[in-house]
Amino acid sequence: MAQVATVAETRPSSHRFRRARNRVPVWHLIWLVLAALVFIVPIYSVVQFSLAGVQPGQSLFHWYLTVFDDPMFRSSFWLSIQISLETVAVSLVLMVPTVFWVHLRLPGLRPVMDLISILPFVVPPIVLVVGLLPFLEKITWLFVRPEVLSLIYVIFALPFLYRALDAGLRAIDLRTLVEAAESLGAKLPRTLLRVILPNLRAAIIGGSLLTIAIAMGEYTVASLLEFSTFSVYTYTIGTSTAYEGVALSFISFIFVWGAMLSLYLLGRGGRNEAAVAITH
Amino acid sequence: MALAEPGIRSAVLVGSAPRKRSRSRRWALLGALPFFAYISVFLLIPTGELIVGAFRTANGAFTLSNISDIFHAPYPQAFEFSLELSGLSALMGGVLGFLVANAVLHHGVPRFVRPAFVSFSGMAANFAGVPLGFAYIATLGTLGVVTTLLQHLGLNIYPSFSLQGLFGCALVYMYFQLPLMILLMIPVIEGLRKEWRESASNLGASSFAFWRYVGLPVVTPSLLGLMVLLFGNAFSAYATAQTLGVSNLVTIDIANLINGDISINPQDAYALALAMIVIIVITIVVYALLQRRASRWLR
Repeated sequence: MAQVATVAETRPSSHRFRRARNRVPVWHLIWLVLAALVFIVPIYSVVQFSLAGVQPGQSLFHWYLTVFDDPMFRSSFWLSIQISLETVAVSLVLMVPTVFWVHLRLPGLRPVMDLISILPFVVPPIVLVVGLLPFLEKITWLFVRPEVLSLIYVIFALPFLYRALDAGLRAIDLRTLVEAAESLGAKLPRTLLRVILPNLRAAIIGGSLLTIAIAMGEYTVASLLEFSTFSVYTYTIGTSTAYEGVALSFISFIFVWGAMLSLYLLGRGGRNEAAVAITH
Repeated sequence: MALAEPGIRSAVLVGSAPRKRSRSRRWALLGALPFFAYISVFLLIPTGELIVGAFRTANGAFTLSNISDIFHAPYPQAFEFSLELSGLSALMGGVLGFLVANAVLHHGVPRFVRPAFVSFSGMAANFAGVPLGFAYIATLGTLGVVTTLLQHLGLNIYPSFSLQGLFGCALVYMYFQLPLMILLMIPVIEGLRKEWRESASNLGASSFAFWRYVGLPVVTPSLLGLMVLLFGNAFSAYATAQTLGVSNLVTIDIANLINGDISINPQDAYALALAMIVIIVITIVVYALLQRRASRWLR
């Protein structure tokens, strides 16, 4: 911007030139409006649809109230929340010390870690579940507990959490921090907890929010292992009463929107491109 | 990196004998063990299991019949639909995403547009699966809001349109493909150096000429690479299509083979899953090659 300003000062005739350059071509506006429509029309339709089909005398929010009254709604929602938090806990306990350790002592392993972090894309949920089933059927005590979902979701969250932590650790001078802490007499666990973790706060919060978004929305594994998580419940309800399914879909939308908005506000000005975790 | 560091490191190196170092390295490797054990149990071994399983009968004997089953009905149709759907949605999302990213970065566009599109894209890219399926049933289903609106305007999109059809399904996939493309394309277009644009402009090139001779040749590898990424993204999707009621998709066939009431056949599921892995690996290799080519010109 500064450059443009100086050019404008030195060239008297450039005023008109700048105005012409700043005018947005019509087709740009067409693409922007088209994209905005793609984004907004389904949301508008969800709101409209979830308030439709109500009998006279019933509340406008009939479908929402029906859903809220269903004990299965609450139990499935809490189950999903619980699974999400467990996924975050296991992921962090597993990943933070490992990525820290690899950066500090095993930099040679970083390419291996990079490779592992893209493996969950190569093996999508539907494929992974095919490979996991025979193994899970052998250990029935785990198979019947919903915690097994958290253990599997850790794998789906891995690429996003790894990338966040890797970027976070790359941004700080890890070796100097560790040496400084050591010379002040801190042992390594204490250094990790008191020095490194505070420096990774943004990466950890960002990675955790994405993990929650993944775990809350996951349907493939949960449905095939027959657990009534929130998305499985949404599917079941929606296939019998579309209105209720759409109302539930709006609730998930609000949830994802909240998670992503806090992520965006956290990383404002930073790399927003990292904020994508697909859970179809 | 601190300036004093090389000195410190060489002092450490002088002080420690090679054998001691290799032993400490072995201890260091132990620190990464829990992670690798976890990855092995929940990712590597299951993947290996299914690759081996694709070549085995139910009794464990070696066979190629699972693999040859892929080439018999109904699977070829499922692969065809999966590939067409992934291709179409990647093309639609890729082209529009590129145009939108370019428009967002135009300096005449008001300042709030970019953060609005970026944050909304982050949200939309994550709004997939079951809720997305129902959102489109509410939009373009037989009773959908837009369907009814168009009916009032005298335009009946049914029965020629359907959410289970190729175009309908690709339109739904656009909801996560387009934002993903916008998010990934913005930095690529930003990488086009301002000087190139200014030089072209000073030499009298129109905006069209700039894109024809400079912009597109530089951006094309990234553009294609990201579209390949979108392709893989759509190819592994399951929940969205399942909610829409699509029937002939590879991922849905796999789910039916391990879960269905009539058609349980884990051996064929292994073979289909292996075929999916092969296709995704190919897309990732193509993506990496294009990405390497793209990095020649872009920062």
